[in-house]
Amino acid sequence: MKRKRVRQKKQHPGERIKNFDEVVIGYTEKDAVEEARRCLQCRDAGCRKGCPVEIDIPGFIKFIKEREFGLALETIKKNNYLPAVCGRVCPQEVQCEGRCILKKKQEPISIGGLERFVADYMLKRMPGQNPPIVPQVSRTGKKAAVIGSGPAGLTVAASLSELGHSVTVFEALHEPGGVLVYGIPEFRLPKKIIKKEVEYIKSLGVDIKVDVVIGKTLFIKDLFDMGFDAVFIATGAGLPKFLGIPGENLNQIYSGNEFLFRINFMKAYMFPEYDTPVNVGERVFVIGGGNVAVDCARCARRMGARVTVLYRRGRDEMPARSEEIRHAVEEGIEFRYLVSPVGFVDDGNGNVEAVKCIKMQLNDPDRTGRRRPVPVEGSEFVIEADTVIIAIGQSPNLLVSVATPDLEVSGDGVIKVDGDGRTSMKGVFAAGDITTGTATVIKAMGAGKIAARAMHEYIERKGNGRKEIAGRNRT
Amino acid sequence: MYEISDNKQLAPGYNLLKINAPLVAARIEPGQFVVLRIDERGERIPMTVCDYDREEGIISMVVHAVGKTTKRLSILKPGEKILNVAGPLGVPSAIKKYGHVAGVCRQGTAAALYPIMRAMKEEGNRVTVVIGAKSRREIIFEEEMRAFCDRVIIKTDDGSAGSRGYAVHGLTELLKEDRADLVMAIGPTTMMKTASKIAIAHGAKVLVSLGAIMLDGTGMCGACRVTVGRKTRFACVQGPEFDGSLVDFDELKRRQRMYLKAEKISLQAFEREKETETQKTDR
Ligand SMILES: Cc1cc2nc3c(=O)[nH]c(=O)nc-3n(C[C@H](O)[C@H](O)[C@H](O)COP(=O)(O)OP(=O)(O)OC[C@H]3O[C@@H](n4cnc5c(N)ncnc54)[C@H](O)[C@@H]3O)c2cc1C
Ligand code: FES
Repeated sequence: MKRKRVRQKKQHPGERIKNFDEVVIGYTEKDAVEEARRCLQCRDAGCRKGCPVEIDIPGFIKFIKEREFGLALETIKKNNYLPAVCGRVCPQEVQCEGRCILKKKQEPISIGGLERFVADYMLKRMPGQNPPIVPQVSRTGKKAAVIGSGPAGLTVAASLSELGHSVTVFEALHEPGGVLVYGIPEFRLPKKIIKKEVEYIKSLGVDIKVDVVIGKTLFIKDLFDMGFDAVFIATGAGLPKFLGIPGENLNQIYSGNEFLFRINFMKAYMFPEYDTPVNVGERVFVIGGGNVAVDCARCARRMGARVTVLYRRGRDEMPARSEEIRHAVEEGIEFRYLVSPVGFVDDGNGNVEAVKCIKMQLNDPDRTGRRRPVPVEGSEFVIEADTVIIAIGQSPNLLVSVATPDLEVSGDGVIKVDGDGRTSMKGVFAAGDITTGTATVIKAMGAGKIAARAMHEYIERKGNGRKEIAGRNRT
Repeated sequence: MYEISDNKQLAPGYNLLKINAPLVAARIEPGQFVVLRIDERGERIPMTVCDYDREEGIISMVVHAVGKTTKRLSILKPGEKILNVAGPLGVPSAIKKYGHVAGVCRQGTAAALYPIMRAMKEEGNRVTVVIGAKSRREIIFEEEMRAFCDRVIIKTDDGSAGSRGYAVHGLTELLKEDRADLVMAIGPTTMMKTASKIAIAHGAKVLVSLGAIMLDGTGMCGACRVTVGRKTRFACVQGPEFDGSLVDFDELKRRQRMYLKAEKISLQAFEREKETETQKTDR
């Protein structure tokens, strides 16, 4: 039984570079069932082990085969709150699909595609609301605060709410979703999907307060004073890194975050209908090799620019999701490997005019197995540019830790936690990028789930302790 | 949503806007700002808070109507609402006992200087303020300053109030006769650059509040980056106040001009829209 992988429908590259609509259109019901039928239903399934949250992948695929889409979604949702998101943005090639047995002989099952299909299918049928998976438990009268509304924060909010606690989420920006709304572009993850997920979480009774910057508007101490029994920190890794080379503050040099924030979050691609501007120009260079770099390149392309990505290592070392690199190439984006910028040239008016680069070569693998790039002496060259986007990584957000001296952090601002997300402060938990540095949506979500369980235990134990004391006082 | 509780014109192009934002009002300190957005399509802009009423939950700011967003803010009526106000942001001013503190400002920035000087006075400093303006009409916050300042010096470009000259001239004249321990300059970038030079020449420390372009205001984008002492700093989280003797003002001036073209397009589109609206209502 050898069948070829069923492809998801996509917008044609020539068409899609003219809009910000989603590139992948997804499976039809018929295609999904056909793709599901390729699954061998391995008993000791590799895919499941490759999944950071161990979704019962053969299980949900079997339900798709049987057209039991509701049950398929239920199976996924036991481990993953955000299937519509993860089906779109997980690096499946190094997780589930990378371990699929079919990979040896043909192409692996499109697990991401199927996950997405099920989530979308059900979202469409339940306008405005997902089916509640866990029956509503009676309210416990306990309160939990969640700081940050990215995938980690939303997961914890949903989990604790389903466990019966009253949850309030505090978000610094004007819309919930974290990187899912301010970073990842519309053409990869439509905002309306996050909106539906957020609506669902609100339907569980979660209160989301935007415009509240913890560490500025309110402090962690205030949250306890306000009666919250436990606090969860999921503030992410959103601080842009710069190269520290001459000319970096010239006009038209953006951080990847600023570029995406303007285009995605503030909708600068619809300027002047929307008020926030962005300057793109004709010739754009993006520096970096991760998801942020590729997303920036593809946004700039859609704004009409000719775009080249400069990466200091090789194609195989690029951390970006491989499907997106493929999409970017289809869209006419050029990739130049083993190149690193060393400085920027001023056009005389304070705008960047050119990038000074140097060629790199890869050393033998270091202890982590990664090959370190080193400059090739005398190989400098200069390329003309209208805009440069620096997307070489982000570091943890600092506002909470700076304002909370009791919270232990390591040198780069990563909040220290144990295996269950407990921080150095009693009743304060953390997970996601703020505890790991930039990682993935699914890892943030998975760690959030574990932390939610630990928080629940903490809250319950704390509550019981109180009751006991009260009981003793009475006798 | 945040309700406008008052809006009045102080001088042509300058309005005092009061907004109901209890969480911000409870915590804000002199020198801090908020980032606000009027509606769904609006941009996020930073606004220095010039006064606050913690009990009433109200913050005040002076809006200088130059672009689309500030023009829209200046015509909001009490009872109308704006979508987002986040804050307080930035590091509060370092209010300490310095001795003699001299403040310098121009026109609308008197509002930003006001709470800082008031706190400096409360801290036991002797305070002098130099207010510069194009003419008498553009002077705001003079009465408020006089209420607590040891001395207020007025400078106008045309001599219609105080003596003729710029605020920085006033600063030089002051420092010649009365040494200051700290100069606090808030205003156009060129003015702050000159004020810093003057302060240094007279052996005073100098602090400036930088009006960098901002987006999120929480350190996540780097739009606000400035060079201070040869190092890149984010004005929104590490500022907006910095040691004026270390700031690269020329770079800041350049970066402030980054969206001039876009700002013009935005404003023109807005004014066209407003025109057709008034024509419609006229009819
Ligand atoms: C452009 C881009 C593309 C990416 N692409 C992928 C991809 O394809 N696949 C993938 O798996 N991963 C991808 N990632 C990584 C992934 O998005 C992150 O790992 C994930 O979002 C981390 O989730 P989080 O909940 O920890 O934090 P975040 O999503 O960063 O959310 C943190 C939230 O906390 C808020 N916050 C911060 N400080 C405060 C404060 N003091 N008070 C209140 N709120 C605060 C922030 O505003 C933000 O909303 C990408 C990242 C970026 C930037
Ligand atoms: S405004 Fe974005 S980092 Fe300062």
